[in-house]
Amino acid sequence: MLLVLILFFPLVAALLTYAVGDKLAGKVALGLSAIEFVISLVALKNLAHHGIVSQYSHMWICDPKIFFAISADGLSLLMVLLTTFLVPVIILSSWGKEISNAKSFYSLVLLMQFALIGVFVATDGFLFYIFWELALIPIYFIALLWGENKDKEFRNTAIFKFFVYTLAGSLFMLVAFIFLYSKAGSFMINDLYALDLSISEQCWLAAAFFFAFAIKIPIFPFHTWQADTYKEAPTVGTMLLAGIMLKMGLYGLLRWMLPIFPHGIIALNPVLITLSVIGIIYGSIIAIQQGDLKKLLAYSSFAHVGLIAAGIFSLTIEGFQGAVVQMLAHGVNVVGAFFAGEIIFRRTGTFEISKLGGIRNLAPKFATCFILVVLASVALPTTNAFIGEFLLLYGTFEYNTWLSLVAGLTIILGAVYMLKMYQRTMLGETNSITAGFADLSISELSVFVILIAAIFVCGVYPKPIFEIAGPALDNILKTTLR
Amino acid sequence: MKALTYTSFLGIACLVLEIFNLRKVAVPFVLLSLAAIFGLNLTEWNTNQIYYHDMLRGDNFAIAFTGLLIIIAFLLVCLSGNFFQSEETKLADYIAIIIFTLCGAIAMVSFSNMTVFFIGLEVLSISLYILAGSKKTDIRSNEAAMKYFLMGSFASGILLFGITLVYGASGSFNLSEIATYATSGKVDAIFQVGVVLILIAMLFKVSAVPFHFWAPDVYEGSPTLITAMMATIAKVAALAAFYRLFSTCFINSFHVFAWVLSFVAILTMLLGNLTALNQDSFKRMLAFSGIAHAGYMLLAIITLYGNKANSLFFYATAYSFASIGAFAIAMIVMRNMKSEKIEAFNGLGKKSPLLAFTLTVLMLSMAGIPPMAGFFGKYYVFLDAIRNHHLALVLVAVVTSVISVYFYFKVILAMWTKDSDEATFSADMPYTIVSLICLAVTILLGLSPSLISSLF
Repeated sequence: MLLVLILFFPLVAALLTYAVGDKLAGKVALGLSAIEFVISLVALKNLAHHGIVSQYSHMWICDPKIFFAISADGLSLLMVLLTTFLVPVIILSSWGKEISNAKSFYSLVLLMQFALIGVFVATDGFLFYIFWELALIPIYFIALLWGENKDKEFRNTAIFKFFVYTLAGSLFMLVAFIFLYSKAGSFMINDLYALDLSISEQCWLAAAFFFAFAIKIPIFPFHTWQADTYKEAPTVGTMLLAGIMLKMGLYGLLRWMLPIFPHGIIALNPVLITLSVIGIIYGSIIAIQQGDLKKLLAYSSFAHVGLIAAGIFSLTIEGFQGAVVQMLAHGVNVVGAFFAGEIIFRRTGTFEISKLGGIRNLAPKFATCFILVVLASVALPTTNAFIGEFLLLYGTFEYNTWLSLVAGLTIILGAVYMLKMYQRTMLGETNSITAGFADLSISELSVFVILIAAIFVCGVYPKPIFEIAGPALDNILKTTLR
Repeated sequence: MKALTYTSFLGIACLVLEIFNLRKVAVPFVLLSLAAIFGLNLTEWNTNQIYYHDMLRGDNFAIAFTGLLIIIAFLLVCLSGNFFQSEETKLADYIAIIIFTLCGAIAMVSFSNMTVFFIGLEVLSISLYILAGSKKTDIRSNEAAMKYFLMGSFASGILLFGITLVYGASGSFNLSEIATYATSGKVDAIFQVGVVLILIAMLFKVSAVPFHFWAPDVYEGSPTLITAMMATIAKVAALAAFYRLFSTCFINSFHVFAWVLSFVAILTMLLGNLTALNQDSFKRMLAFSGIAHAGYMLLAIITLYGNKANSLFFYATAYSFASIGAFAIAMIVMRNMKSEKIEAFNGLGKKSPLLAFTLTVLMLSMAGIPPMAGFFGKYYVFLDAIRNHHLALVLVAVVTSVISVYFYFKVILAMWTKDSDEATFSADMPYTIVSLICLAVTILLGLSPSLISSLF
């Protein structure tokens, strides 16, 4: 029942937040999401004892047979923890900011958390699909209604493109699920694992799944919605999108796509892994050219997840482990980076890198926090991303040396665009726009402290992550290579 | 099928109320009676009775669709009190005609004899011709009525011709006797011609492409309440009758014409959704989206091959509630803004968040986004289609569903992101209540589709 509590608590929290009204909404949302984090830590303890967090299964719809089935192994639980950890941080990051209609805003954020946790714990394919789509609705409205850009028309178009693009991908996944149901007579994940499909069926179905996941992640060439959406959404929305939501796609690859279509994956793998690696290079090069801070971070995120996807498609245990560590690391780092961008925007009103400069002289605390986040993003040893990227590259290396070499460029290119961005925004001469840049407030500082603590704890001592995720990943790899 | 008898009496009772000048009680009286008839209808569940020398059959299919039609009529009558304010002296007449429409629809879902089918269809159509022209001073309403009448009578003629040919070949109007003849192996060519003519007439009634040209003009010109009726009662009854015919007596011919019907369904889904993209008028957009929805329901009929009609029933229910709710809110907005354009919805999110939220959910349901009822409607249809190896049709349906998101979201965008200058906004109680009922049903069926997903 613990898992049911973890799943439904955010939904209750969303309703409560809406009920208490605009004034208290932020505080209530923060408090409740912090409680949710504590509950999920209890689940972690359970996992250590029993190897699996409580399962729950209940008949939801009799014909076709659909179960309300949820369960969490190590992989799911880590994703849930990432969600429950980041949501309070993200809520805290909006502290002290004027938000119109705050009760709706915060309850949408919590509703989003509900859907995300649902995606990570569902073991019935249909339930997974429902949560997958449900996550789209709150983020659509968050991005649409609370976006900061003045140009409303462009925002509507960009956010709408995002919605239709992801919906289109998901619908193909739905058709694939229905097809699987007609073969297996059930949506339960274990029944789907046990299916014996012909190679060509597997290829087609895997392609349909890939379409849905690749758009969400995004993998080249399905990324065109990403930069504009990240830019137009309010930063809280961008953090939810980049920090947690794109992990849905990566998680989907690991949990649903690889083990259900083992032969299809092996047949398609050269294409999939190449696309992922192209994304790494392509994203990095565009990031170097970007003049807009938020877009730069969007493209860097695109490059990073390309590497994670490549690690997953390498079908090695190192690749899998690296993917999990890097999913967590990327979630934390990207939230930190977007938060730094948000602070700059709050004080200067612009994301244009060329208009900034000399902030370090005025705000030393902010400069220190920002550089730590930047260093984590470029995978400096002792930060969380280092372990992840190392393992991912190792996994890719086992698959193919050349691909690994190309993918390895990400570290160099990442350092180029991140450090260049830091240099141009924080160092140099103070100008009229950055003059009067106030240093961090207490709530802002606490967000950074929490994130930076997470960065270094995971970077120095990542062993628990491997222990938690290990058995689940072994299982997935074994099923995939059966 | 006592429901048919009692609704007929109810219609006559309405006219009597008019004679005794009891107009004021007409709406509550009819609502109470409809509720009673609904209950009575439910008691016949699983009895499978045959009425009037096998003219009507009270099988579960008939009972379920009758129940749905009664609920739809109930909601429409709720709205009619306010809608016909300007025509108060004729209120009871209009309500009587609405009830007669319901009679025709009930006959169309429960017939087991071709004559009853034809009479039902005519009662439904003639009532709608009158209602379409019920705004007597509005030239567009007149035009709609005239257009609907001319086109509809052609279709009725074709249908009658078809029934005659089938009678000529099989020697009977009775569905089971026709079915015996159709499976006997010695099927005359004129039988097939008759089936084709009936098919054409039915496709006309459900406004499938290429027999859809009347629908947008008639929908746009008619008073909004009547448009809601055409989009729900008439469409649902016609599709149910379609299924009833082609799952019993014409099932063999069905194999011959399946590819034609598949083609029609594809065209209907594509053209309905693509044309809806460019509409400025909310009513016209809903007309085209209604055409597209008819396409999805046709897909259900094609892929069922006479199997149980659960997916059709679910889709029809989800679609009807979403439509009625949307039309109810549209009536409020059109009254306030004096415009039928989608722009009239601008700023509704600020003026009335509750209504805007309701319409958002209903639009999401029509677009087929989980966890609303409309999603499960599409889902059941797709599931049946894939089970029966119609993958290509499903792929077309999926692509067109994605297209449809665009125009449903146009309304959502208008409500939430645009501002309007108009400050005053008032919503009449009945409209709000009806839209909230539709909202509740849409969400309830989305969360617990099992309630009605395996009735048969």
